[in-house]
Amino acid sequence: MTTPAARTDGTLSGWGRAPVVPGYQVRSEDLLAITGNVPLTRGLGRAYGDAALPAPGDMCVAGSTLADRMLSFSADTGDITAEAGLSLDELYRALLPRGWFTPVTPGTRFVTLGGMVAADVHGGNHHVDGCFGRHVRALRMRVADGRVVTCSRTEHTDLFFATIGGMGLTGHILDVSFRMVRVPSPWVFQETQRVANIDAFMDALTTSASAWPMTKGWIDCLSKGPSMGRGVLFRGRWADAGESAGKGFPALNAPVPVPFTFPHGVIGVHFDRAFNAGYYRLPRPRSSVVHPKEFFYPLDGAGDWHRIYGPRGFTQYQCVLPASGGHDAARRFLNVVTRGGGASFLCVIKDCGPEGEGLLSFPKAGISIAIDLAMNDNTQALIDQMNECVIAESGRIYLAKDALTRPEHFRAMESRLDTFLQVRRAWDPQGRIRSAQSVRLFGW
Amino acid sequence: MPLRVVVLGGTKGMGRAVARRLAARGDRVHLLGRDPEELARCAADLTARTPASSPVSYSACDLERPETFAATVAEAATALGGFDTVVITAALFATQARLETDRAFTQRLLTVNFANTVLLCEHVRDYLLGRGGGTLCVFSSVAGERARKPVVLYGASKAGLSAYLEGLDHKFQSAGLRTVCVKPGFVRTAMTEGLPEPPFATDPDSVAATVVRAIDRGTPVVYAPPIWALVMLVIRWLPRVVMRRLGF
Repeated sequence: MTTPAARTDGTLSGWGRAPVVPGYQVRSEDLLAITGNVPLTRGLGRAYGDAALPAPGDMCVAGSTLADRMLSFSADTGDITAEAGLSLDELYRALLPRGWFTPVTPGTRFVTLGGMVAADVHGGNHHVDGCFGRHVRALRMRVADGRVVTCSRTEHTDLFFATIGGMGLTGHILDVSFRMVRVPSPWVFQETQRVANIDAFMDALTTSASAWPMTKGWIDCLSKGPSMGRGVLFRGRWADAGESAGKGFPALNAPVPVPFTFPHGVIGVHFDRAFNAGYYRLPRPRSSVVHPKEFFYPLDGAGDWHRIYGPRGFTQYQCVLPASGGHDAARRFLNVVTRGGGASFLCVIKDCGPEGEGLLSFPKAGISIAIDLAMNDNTQALIDQMNECVIAESGRIYLAKDALTRPEHFRAMESRLDTFLQVRRAWDPQGRIRSAQSVRLFGW
Repeated sequence: MPLRVVVLGGTKGMGRAVARRLAARGDRVHLLGRDPEELARCAADLTARTPASSPVSYSACDLERPETFAATVAEAATALGGFDTVVITAALFATQARLETDRAFTQRLLTVNFANTVLLCEHVRDYLLGRGGGTLCVFSSVAGERARKPVVLYGASKAGLSAYLEGLDHKFQSAGLRTVCVKPGFVRTAMTEGLPEPPFATDPDSVAATVVRAIDRGTPVVYAPPIWALVMLVIRWLPRVVMRRLGF
C-alpha cells in the first residue's frame, strides 16, 4: 500500500510529477544485489523534484522499498536498526501499539528510513529535537567503490555527516540505526489558534516554542495588506494516558486514492482563494485529542493527492529565513510570493532550531516557509525571484523539494557546499553516485 | 491457540508478508530457506516486530536437495516443539523467452516447482497425518489454471502442483489434512519487477491477508486477490481458437 503508483512507461518522476525523465527502478529485498552498478537509490519517491531521479544518460536506479526488515529493536532503550527501505507507516504499525514513535517525523508517513536520512527530515518538533539525523547512531552503506562500510559519530565521521542530508549522493544507505522514543499514548493533544497576520504568527510561534514540543502553522498566502500571512497555528504534544482514556488505538487506515489526474488548471487562483478563505474560518475546537495522522500527516489521507495539480505537475518551494532578519524577512518573502502570483492553498510555516550536523542539512535557526506551486510557464521565474530574496536574507532552500533552482543560486545560499563536495569526491573520485538534481546543481 | 507454522520462502516477497502477519498476531514461526544470513536477518525482523516473544527460529532448506527434506522436517519440529501448519511459497520463475533458450534452467525450474515441492509436501503430509492432522498451504499460481503463451513452462509446473494439491485434498481431507492451494495473480515482488503490470496487480501484504484467512478457514483453493476467481472462470472457458489468437 505504501508503494507509489508505478510509472510503467519507462519514465520516473518525483512526488511533484515534474520533471518526468526516462528511467526505471529495480527493486529487490537484497539491496547489496541491486546497488552494485547503479548511480542512485530511491525510496518511496516523496522528494518533490529531481532528487531521486537518474541523471541524463543514466537510466536505472535501485528501489529500496522491498528492503524493509527491522534487524534489531530493544524495548528497554528504543534502539533500533532497520533496513533503509522500511517505511514510517510500517514502523508505526509495528511499534506505535507498543508505545514507541520516531524522534522526528516529516509531513508524510510514506517515506523510507533511507530517504529520511538523505533529506535529514524535520518536523513540528524541530525547535526542540532537531532533524532526524541528530538521532541517527550509525549507517551501514555501500559506497561508490563497492565496499560496505559503517559510519557514525566515531567511525568515518566525514562520510556520516555528509550522508545526513546528503541526498543519497555519498553512497547507497543500507541500514539505519537510531533511537525510538517512548510516547505516553498513541494520541496527540492539539491546540489550534487563528492568527491575524504574519507578525502575529511569528510572535505566536516564538511564544509557543517553550511550552509546546510541536508547533506548525498554515498560512493564507493570498491575503494582502494588514492581514498578510494570516493563518492557523497548530500546537501539539503527546496526550497523556488520562486524556486518551477510552480512545483505543488509532487505526492507520490506508489512504483513499485520488482516482485520476485532474485537468490542468483546476487548482488555480480561484480554487486557492476559496479554499484559503474557508479553511481560515473553518470552526475548529481550540483544544482536542486527535489522531496522530491528523496532526502529523493531514495530506496522507488521500493517496496520490499530487494528481490534483494536473498533468503538468507541481513543485514545492521550501526555504528557511534566518532569525536575524526578524519579522520583516518573512514579510518581504511573502511580498515576493504574492507579487509573483505564487497563489497556493498549501503554505506551511514553522520556526526552526539551530542548524544540524549534516553538511547539507536544510534547517537553520529562523523561520521556514513551504509553498506548493502548480507548474506553469511562470514557475521558473517565480522560483528565481524567491531564490534571490532568500539569498538576500542569507537563507537557503530544501533540496528534497527542489526541481528548478539554478546552480549559481544554490551555491550562493550554501556556504558548506565545498566541504560537502570534498567529502563526496573523497569517497567517490569517479563521480559514480549521482542524481538528476546533483548534475543540475553541482555539475556531477 | 496460536499456530506453530513452518514457512519455506519466508525471506522474500509473499512468504515474508505471510510470516509477518502470522508472527504479528502471535503465531509461532520457524523459517526455512537457502541463505543462512538472510534467514538470520528475517528471523530478527519477525522477532523485533513481535512483542515479548522468544526469538524466531530458522534452519536451512534447499528445494534443490530433496535428500535433506526428512531432516528439514525433523529440525523444524524440534525447533517449534511440533508444528501444525506449513506454508510453502518458494519457487523459481523466469520469463517464457528465457526458459525457451535455457534448457538447464528449465530443468531446474520444473524440478523445483513441481517434483521437489511435491516431495517436500509428501514428507510434510506424513508428519502432519502422524500427529492427527494439520494445514499444508502451498503457493501455486493462476498461471497453472489454463495454459497460456507467456507462461507455457512455468504454468505447466504450477498446473502439476495444483493437480497434486487437489488430489491431496480429496484423499486426506477426512483424515485431518487441510490443503490450501494459493493461486496469486500478478503480485508486485522482486520476482515480477520490471514486467508489464496487468490489471488486478496487487501487493504481497494484501495476498498475505487473503492467505492467512484461508489458512484459518482451511479453504482448499484461494485466489489472491479474490477477483482472479472470476477472471479465471472466464479464461478457463475460452475456446482454444480464441486462446491461440490472444497475446496473453
